[in-house]
Amino acid sequence: MPIPEKTPGWLERRLPVMSVLRREYIAFPMPRNLNALWSFGAFLIVTMAAMIASGLFLAINYTPDITQAFASVEAIDRQIPSGWFLRSLHMGGVTMLFACLYIHIARSLWYGSYKAPRELLWLTGLGLMLMVMVTAFAGYVLPWGQMSYWGATVVLNAVHTIPLIGKPVSELLLGGETLGNTALHRLFVLHFTMAFAILAVIALHVAALHVVKPNNPSGIDPVSPKQTLPFHPYYTSRDGFALCLFLMVYAGLVFFLPDLLTLADNYVQANPLVTPRDIRPEWYFAPFYAILRAVPSRLGGLLLAVGSLAVLFALPSLDRSPTRPATRRPLVRLSLPLAFVSFILLGIAGMHPPTETWLIVSRVAMAWWFIHFLVVMPLVSEREITS
Amino acid sequence: MSRLLRDLVLTSLASLLTALPACASTPAQRGLIVFQQVCAACHGMDHVDYGDMAAFGLSPDAIRTWAADQQIPNGTDDNGAPKTRAATPADPILSPYPNDAVGRLANHGLLPPDLSRLAMTLHGGPAQIQRILLSYAPTPAGVKLDDGRYYNTALKWKHIGMPPPLQDGMLTYPDGTKATTTQMATDVSAFLNDVAHPHAAERRRIGVYVLTYLALMAILTFLLQRRIWKSRP
Repeated sequence: MPIPEKTPGWLERRLPVMSVLRREYIAFPMPRNLNALWSFGAFLIVTMAAMIASGLFLAINYTPDITQAFASVEAIDRQIPSGWFLRSLHMGGVTMLFACLYIHIARSLWYGSYKAPRELLWLTGLGLMLMVMVTAFAGYVLPWGQMSYWGATVVLNAVHTIPLIGKPVSELLLGGETLGNTALHRLFVLHFTMAFAILAVIALHVAALHVVKPNNPSGIDPVSPKQTLPFHPYYTSRDGFALCLFLMVYAGLVFFLPDLLTLADNYVQANPLVTPRDIRPEWYFAPFYAILRAVPSRLGGLLLAVGSLAVLFALPSLDRSPTRPATRRPLVRLSLPLAFVSFILLGIAGMHPPTETWLIVSRVAMAWWFIHFLVVMPLVSEREITS
Repeated sequence: MSRLLRDLVLTSLASLLTALPACASTPAQRGLIVFQQVCAACHGMDHVDYGDMAAFGLSPDAIRTWAADQQIPNGTDDNGAPKTRAATPADPILSPYPNDAVGRLANHGLLPPDLSRLAMTLHGGPAQIQRILLSYAPTPAGVKLDDGRYYNTALKWKHIGMPPPLQDGMLTYPDGTKATTTQMATDVSAFLNDVAHPHAAERRRIGVYVLTYLALMAILTFLLQRRIWKSRP
């Protein structure tokens, strides 16, 4: 759609925001064949906005002190006007954020969106995932319930197993060997600060996207303008519709199923003297918790849990094939869905008590996750015949 | 027509913002009476204010009167002795014991648990509260229980530290419902469930509006995007 030329105005001559917006968000050429999975980036931005908006108001009413944190969260739920809504929006938002994040990453894996020239897009995206994880971890400690305390203690114990530096560094950062007032205060500051750091990295991620342009299901970048459509009105209208559906799921969680994804134990105030019967992570950390438990050695578990994410960072160099989508790579089309299933199985295992069966499931699933990325991907990209 | 529309919008907005007045008495409202007259003798709800009981149809005057009957800690006097004052609607419904040690002393070493979130944190939820209240039985021959333990089949170990709290006709419901043990157990577990899930009714009511709005928007945006995509070059 041609944009009518206008003589540049006062603002335009000094700071060309309007023409940049027009170029990047109206005329921006998009592939014609994107499917619904390409809407998840928009969902993530909207959820992030909801998190920051609700988080600011929660922070106003929250007290980062171990004697008052739990009561201040109870007051938000009970006495602060609309506090229950702000808190549900924030808690439901974490689930929506991680669900979209995992789907967004799975889409990139399936359609090979991490390959040249989009490596930096992939790496900034994974960086964002790590930042969201750190933020979610810190945020979960804040209500100072039993799961806040004991979940964080599990992570702390894992970090303590890092030889030489594990213990001193975590003591330095958290102000003591176990979680206390100093740790709570610092985690609150970390949680709050990270939210804005994430915003900055989102800007980098989106900037990278606008340089390299979106990938598409065929994996072949459009070459002529005929193969593209302007972002507005085609993808704005489609994302608008998709967002309505997405928000309906989000609203369903906030208004009708607020207990679905929360652990009741976290409504008991943290007590360092009473260990809960079984310590369970929130669902979005369950796959990594399953890995942590599946390995007999604590340090080994930590290394493998970190390694399960590290393989994603290394993926652009592990998978050297120029063919992007798994749909055109027969072996990847088998192996990658199995890796997705492994991730889901790890998640289910992580939410169950570590019985013999679940330990075996975790180990098999974990093994396949690593085999897929470290063995299948490099070998297949050497010798595959693509369709 | 526009006036009608305006009234419609205003009334739906008003119903969004204010809770419906309670006319008939609900199980949860009767449960509040059981809490006030029975449970509150040993249990508190630390995180719940007297004022929060407005959600159960208690009038501001009734809340003030109830709160004023309760004493809550109020610092110390010049000699360092603890002082108390009458509670106000903005004060929490504290346990009747001044501290945990006194609470234990009065109950064979066991502290009566706080009820703010019990229906959520107790395994089995409100149904289990009801079951416990109705599962007292005489100690069978051959079973020896310690002092201050009461035989109760709802629990795994078949005993509990709470003496049977409910007896038929121990209180009178203002709405005329017969206060049988079963009735009171049902009512108080409904009450504790609502206390553990604050603003649940309001949450659902607003949720219906939000989902309806989003569904309408979804239909409109769907039609819009279909029309736009049809005209693509």
